[in-house]
Amino acid sequence: MSQDLPIDDPRLRGPLPAYGQWPPERYRELGLKVGLEIHQQLLTTRKLFCRCPAGRYAPEHDAEILRHMRPTLSELGEYDGTALMEFKTRKQIIYLLRNETVCTYEMDDAPPFELNAEALERAIAIALLLNCQLVSEVHIARKQYLDGSIPTGFQRTAIVGVSGHVPLRGRRIGIRQLAIEEDSCREVADSGHTRTYRTDRLGMPLIETVTEPDMTTPEEAADVGQLLRRLVRVTGLVRTGAGAARQDVNVSIAGGTRIEVKGVHSLRAIPALVHSEALRQRALLAIRDALRARGVSAESLRERFVDVTAVVRGTGCQFIRQALEGGAVATAVPLPGFAGLLDAPTQPRTTFLREFSDRVRVIACLDELPNLVCSTQEGTLGSLEWSRVAKACNVSAETPVIVVWGRAEDVATACREIVLRAREATQGVPSETRQLLDDGTNGFERILPGPNRMYPDTDLPPVQVAESRLQAIAADLPEPPWRRRERLHELGVGEDLAERLSRHAAWPLFTRLAPRLTASERLKPQQLASLLLDRRCARPADDAVDPAWWERTIDRLARGEILPEGVATGADEPPPAAAESDGRRRVAAALAELPAGGPAQPRQREEWIMGHVMRALRGRVPGRLARDIVKEARS
Amino acid sequence: MNGEDWKGYRPPTLGVLQEHGAMVWSQVTIHTTRGDFAGLILPRSETADPEHIVLKLATGYNVGLHHATVRSIEVHGRKIAQYKIPEKEFPYDPGKPRVKLFGTGGTIASRLDYRTGAVIPAFSPGELYGSVPELADVCNLETEKLYGVFSENMGPEQWIGTAEAVAREIEKGVAGVVIGHGTDTMHHTAAVLSFMLQDLPVPVVMVGSQRSSDRPSSDAAINLINAARTAATSDIAEVMVCMFGPTSDQYGLLHRGTRVRKMHSSYRSTFRTIGDIPLARVDSQGVLPFRADYRRRREDRAVKLNTAFDDRVAIVYYYPAMKPDIIDSLVDHGYRGIIIAGTGLGHVNRPLYPALQRAKDAGVSMFMTVQTLWGYVQMYVYETGREIMELGVVPAANMLPEVAYVKLGWALGQSSDPREVQRLMLTPIAGEITEREPHNGYLILQGGIPEVDAFISQYWK
Repeated sequence: MSQDLPIDDPRLRGPLPAYGQWPPERYRELGLKVGLEIHQQLLTTRKLFCRCPAGRYAPEHDAEILRHMRPTLSELGEYDGTALMEFKTRKQIIYLLRNETVCTYEMDDAPPFELNAEALERAIAIALLLNCQLVSEVHIARKQYLDGSIPTGFQRTAIVGVSGHVPLRGRRIGIRQLAIEEDSCREVADSGHTRTYRTDRLGMPLIETVTEPDMTTPEEAADVGQLLRRLVRVTGLVRTGAGAARQDVNVSIAGGTRIEVKGVHSLRAIPALVHSEALRQRALLAIRDALRARGVSAESLRERFVDVTAVVRGTGCQFIRQALEGGAVATAVPLPGFAGLLDAPTQPRTTFLREFSDRVRVIACLDELPNLVCSTQEGTLGSLEWSRVAKACNVSAETPVIVVWGRAEDVATACREIVLRAREATQGVPSETRQLLDDGTNGFERILPGPNRMYPDTDLPPVQVAESRLQAIAADLPEPPWRRRERLHELGVGEDLAERLSRHAAWPLFTRLAPRLTASERLKPQQLASLLLDRRCARPADDAVDPAWWERTIDRLARGEILPEGVATGADEPPPAAAESDGRRRVAAALAELPAGGPAQPRQREEWIMGHVMRALRGRVPGRLARDIVKEARS
Repeated sequence: MNGEDWKGYRPPTLGVLQEHGAMVWSQVTIHTTRGDFAGLILPRSETADPEHIVLKLATGYNVGLHHATVRSIEVHGRKIAQYKIPEKEFPYDPGKPRVKLFGTGGTIASRLDYRTGAVIPAFSPGELYGSVPELADVCNLETEKLYGVFSENMGPEQWIGTAEAVAREIEKGVAGVVIGHGTDTMHHTAAVLSFMLQDLPVPVVMVGSQRSSDRPSSDAAINLINAARTAATSDIAEVMVCMFGPTSDQYGLLHRGTRVRKMHSSYRSTFRTIGDIPLARVDSQGVLPFRADYRRRREDRAVKLNTAFDDRVAIVYYYPAMKPDIIDSLVDHGYRGIIIAGTGLGHVNRPLYPALQRAKDAGVSMFMTVQTLWGYVQMYVYETGREIMELGVVPAANMLPEVAYVKLGWALGQSSDPREVQRLMLTPIAGEITEREPHNGYLILQGGIPEVDAFISQYWK
């Protein structure tokens, strides 16, 4: 084994580029593919499979229950990878129950009630907006989750539509499927062998929209996220506010693996996380190539664990010494062939060693960091101690050795996991779900579940979606924003204004008022759009809309009785428009009463004078006319 | 081609499939008026409507497509699924006790057919070891399937067969017996076995699950491990039910077979001892008895098997305005015994009196139990009670209605002399009648009361 090959692969050379430093071509060269899974809570009064109220959160609870999750055998008689991992962690799961928001259904002590019809209709409406093909019968499935986030161990979920699409700058972004499903618990704590969840959110209806991996740059991914979020928001069918929408981002590069990054609450976080994940996969592929070049394979990596508790007892490394004094054991795992690789950067401010530390933290529940040390790191064990560890392991000083410590049982799990992760490194990018961290990097969450985790729910019969029901929903469908924009363009409304109005609550008012303009040349659709979005108006269009007031006002505008500037003064009763002669008289009067002083510089002086004159004229004379009159009067 | 090729499909959907050459397990693309769907055709549930094709998509989701929306079906291939539980040899440890597990139906352990959702029961020691490996830490397990019925279909034939099988195993020297059973009628079977198998030298433990074992949150594995531990190590040589104590994954309770009842349609902690406290609790630490008045384990194998049973017995659950024809009908159909679940201390209305008199005259044995479940029958307090006793209805103390029902069938199997039947009924055999009801034998805390809620919130449920 030629372990000492120098690392000259540019993919492993730091520092890694920060997000924003790469042009789009670099991502396309990597073969970046991004897909989104957007979860949005539906706006319903009750939960999906029981009659508990939806959307009531509180920090208090009335009772607790304790459960464990046990893997069930998969189709081939093997345990699913994720299942096995969760079982290895041997977590106690505690659920906090609040009487008001949780019933025996969420506790998994009662079978489901029928699917909430209100939620299903809303999901169907959104599927139609996404141009999905609708199923005739909705079959409820169970999707296994063994992390405890759902007390049953599975999420009830059902496909409503498949193969849809939405437009993005002249392209079509594919929508793979739209599912209706129940929301999971909120995690409140996870340390050691205990994880705690609050159950108020559990069971709330949500839709999961899965796109095809059609996005090829980080920005595109964010744009599609934005588009989809806005689309469903304009429908008024979903909840808004904190936690009401979340997305998972699926990222892969050529030769890499589809990685699901979870816990993305803000769309703004997407570009940087896609960038980081693309870099991570690029680095892991480089590490694989280096290992292969050195002749390291999954088979060549043996499980060799050496108890070094006695060797490192009394070490100057404080956190290890204290742990050992508290009864912990320490075990060394040599990783022959990994020289120089554990320090390779995988994400900004992150090295390959983190991949090992993450696994140990999640699977062996050793969650006090640092949870391992490596012989290649500075500031851990002393050099003499490291050479004693190397000797105990019977490896050369150049061979990296990882030391973990803690409860014997957890350390044994940790050691096996380290070798498992090292073996995976010889294959490239392991299938995982990962979690977005505050600094834009991501960390291991769990092994990506296999397709075997889906199975039919035997507790509920399929729900038919009859043609008549479908037509009724279709007839009532809100117009998607892109079609609204097209209509606005045809009316001559500018791009920016059209974009804003198309997803604004004032849209219905616009469609109601627009026909009143046809007879008049005085008020253009562009001006109407602008007025409706103008927060200075007395009756802003987004709350407490008073259509009668707007109709009266628009008619008066169309007849020229008042001016848009008058409406924008915020007066409930806009001032009447002044005739030009009256305007000139008022300007002359205002100029005569100008106070002394004011700026001398000509441009500034003109603005200063305009400011004084407009006080008298605001809303009665169009601004441009006033300016002309002032110019005339001064010249 | 055979019926399996279109399993569950009926006209008109069957015709659509046949017309396009598609069968169950065909890999297809179905072109419909609502768009194209690609996937695998699954069997249709026999109880679902005949209008839809069930398709499994690549993502693992199933969808239903209405036959009338189908324009054409492209068949790409076919992959017939065949399922089998993987077996792992159950390790033999000469230092561990021998436990026999009988299966009567239900699925205490099972594996799911992920494609159809059907549950395949795991039952051989190898299969069980594959899904509940912890059993090997407790005992050497042998298994035998007696029946494959849902628990509502258990009856005298199965009760007798089960009792005989248990006696046979005890005589062969096992350390204990576990009986896997559906939970709905587990307490009926537990009671009848308590009468058919007397002087037990070893534990006979009934067990089931409230959440099926194909679910990650199932109570099945813990119940099975607890039951096996009880059978292997417990000193309590009685027929018991071993099920979750609280709804949390904490410990199981061992209930005496004649005092236990399923009290909730779905809770894990559904089994409760009624009018008394349970025998013991069991968890990974072992069995902890709550009381000393139980039958002890013995080395001898002298179990008394007595399975005589007369199934001409009924329970009449009294309700206001009940008409006498209910009783008349039973008499006319030759029933030999009636258990009445009466109101309050044991009452029925006056219009029933002539029918009761007629039943008495026909030699039907009649016993009164209470539909309140807790408490004793006491027919002297009110005049009604005395009148009903005059009509031949015998108060059956605090026997639970279901227990009295199976005991009466068993007693009528022993004798056709009403006096002897009455003597047997009123003589406690296996704790079915107790002399006293302790105050904590009736503990149904009422939620919503501040002090109760405060108390409850301190413990896992």
